[in-house]
Amino acid sequence: MTQISAGAPKEKLASRTAAMIVMGISTLYFLVPIWWLFIGSTKSREQFSSTAGLWFADFNLFTNIGDLFAYNDGVYLKWMLNSIIYASFGALLGTLFAAMCGYALAKYRFPGRELIFNTVLGGVLVPATALALPLFLIFSQFNATNTFWSVFLPSIVSPFGVYLARIFAAASVPDELLEAARLDGAGEVRTFFSVSRRLMTPALVTIFLFQFVAIWNNFFLPLIMLRDQTLFPVTLGLYTWNSQVNQIPEIRTFVIIGAFLSIIPLIIAFLSLQRFWRGGLGAGSVK
Amino acid sequence: MHIKNSKRIVALGVLAAISLTGCAAGGSGGSASGDAAACAPSDGKVDLTYTSWIPGIDKVVDIWNKENPDVQVTVQTGPNGNGGTYKNFFNQLSAGNAPDLGQIEYDALPNFRVQDGLTNIASCKNVTESKDDFIDWTWNQVTFGEKDSVYAIPQDTGPMAMYYRKDLFEKAGIPVPTTWDEYAAAAKTIRSQGGYITNFPQNDVNWFAGLVWQADGRWFSNEGDKWDVTLTSPESEKVADYWQGLISTDLVSKVPAWTDEWNNAYNTGSDWTWISAVWGANSISSGAPDTSGNWAVAPMPQWKAGENKAGNWGGSSTAVLKGSKHPYEAAQFALWLNTSDEALTALNKEANLYPATKAGLKLPVLSEGVDFYGGQKIYDTFATAANETNSDFVWGPTMTQTYGDVADGFGEVLGGTGTLTDALKTGQKKTIDALDAAAIPVNK
Repeated sequence: MTQISAGAPKEKLASRTAAMIVMGISTLYFLVPIWWLFIGSTKSREQFSSTAGLWFADFNLFTNIGDLFAYNDGVYLKWMLNSIIYASFGALLGTLFAAMCGYALAKYRFPGRELIFNTVLGGVLVPATALALPLFLIFSQFNATNTFWSVFLPSIVSPFGVYLARIFAAASVPDELLEAARLDGAGEVRTFFSVSRRLMTPALVTIFLFQFVAIWNNFFLPLIMLRDQTLFPVTLGLYTWNSQVNQIPEIRTFVIIGAFLSIIPLIIAFLSLQRFWRGGLGAGSVK
Repeated sequence: MHIKNSKRIVALGVLAAISLTGCAAGGSGGSASGDAAACAPSDGKVDLTYTSWIPGIDKVVDIWNKENPDVQVTVQTGPNGNGGTYKNFFNQLSAGNAPDLGQIEYDALPNFRVQDGLTNIASCKNVTESKDDFIDWTWNQVTFGEKDSVYAIPQDTGPMAMYYRKDLFEKAGIPVPTTWDEYAAAAKTIRSQGGYITNFPQNDVNWFAGLVWQADGRWFSNEGDKWDVTLTSPESEKVADYWQGLISTDLVSKVPAWTDEWNNAYNTGSDWTWISAVWGANSISSGAPDTSGNWAVAPMPQWKAGENKAGNWGGSSTAVLKGSKHPYEAAQFALWLNTSDEALTALNKEANLYPATKAGLKLPVLSEGVDFYGGQKIYDTFATAANETNSDFVWGPTMTQTYGDVADGFGEVLGGTGTLTDALKTGQKKTIDALDAAAIPVNK
């Protein structure tokens, strides 16, 4: 007993230091590229390649942003808007469908329930990239490639969301509560939206964030589907520019600054939704 | 009970969606056929789609759309060819919804020809007649030497020359090399002063092909029914041996091209020359801004003193893709885009494209002095080079694979093992294997 209590503070200190070092290194590992991107965004084209990558030269951030927004009739702003529309509406609808499906799988008993669930679970294992080409061929049958819907519709499907919603609904929505709601005369749909949805909020925020990030970063599907640059999301637009850098070196600044600006909406999404996330988890733990 | 039923419907829907996926993936044989023999104008208003990754191409096409209300062209875009657009073309060709016109680089054209993705526009008005408007070698690229065939209209070229630091050469008292022997001698002097004459890039295998092109070497030929792969031809090995010599004796730097490090080598004056294409003029001026005014352009060094031969690096064509319902209008648009003064001037202004027509080389914008090169009229040198480029060079049908395999070998050389000739030998073997695997007839 005494040995353990004597050794504990030392061990605590050692393991804490080790943990801090590991975390410090990972933090650096993730933040240095963003720092580089930020520094790169503040430099003029001449200074970009001739000055040190991790520290400021002349501060040209706002001039660069102005040039970027003006280039090619402001197509970059259009791409950002597209990304925001694809990601926010896609994530919203995706979360709704995943929640309803997961909830139904958790709370209703019907034949084939496990089969459906296992099929959905199988869907988690299929990478979205593998589905892009089949989707292109399907959309081609309907002459619907190169449209908003060709990127939007596949984005609202989230097998992982269904899985998460089912697990969470099973754990956090008590059957007794549903019984009570039914006795009070609430229909199934109303019960879902006014009772279950609230209890499932932390899971829904998680699904929304996952789906938002997945759609925002989705690249392969738009690459295959879209040819009209006014429909491009920002990922594809930047990639397109980047592939032209060798011949049109001026674009390089735009790629750097564009990439930097394109991560800002993700940061905003995380920071603003984090609050609900923690609030939700707390609410669950008190019960 | 109600719930039960609705769930069953959902289940059926899911199953239907799955089987639909299976069907569509399996049966993708809806390719449309284009009749090359009959190339007649269509009735009424025609809408064409044109996919190109040239920045600002839409502004050039706007000029056409204003002048031709009956033939409206919609520009579609994407990443550069190997970055995804070629893959998309092939997907679209198999789904039957390819654009009417597409930008295709010369080294990718054979791939599209072999996979039957191009429409023969030889019988369309003015197409065959325009042969003499274009620089000789470009016409062979779009006809593949076949009779009564034109599969694309040449768009731009990348004639090669030598960019060099005029100030450093003068200061060091080194005469500007006119032969490869003099170039190697200059390399030694420059190295003794702490610099490098140039850089050897691992991944620009098409640059190396340009050097082989200059030496009258060929990597492919297609006489009769079968392809010949000749990456290891005597001319090709001569070029490989030469550069191997420079690499082995540490006379060239080995930084990866197109990186900051590479830009910096030029910006700080550690690399003195660059054998490159006409479009490289902009790469230097943007990558090495501190050296403005100190550069000049001279013809490529020659293998034999007194010869005048140049290579080519890059360039693309405008092709009418298979399945286009309006090949006549598409061909007329492609001709306008690549031969008319207004379009060529606009293309040069928007995207620095260097024309593939003989008349285009004399455009006013291409006869001006360039400040970055000390006011030299550098495009005169490139215009001469364009006409000194061998017409017989042929690209293979699997260039992406060939480039990749040769680049792997080049990487080993720069890492210190093997030789450039070994890399070509491996590339030769793997290319033959790849052609074989794709059921393309090839002499082994």
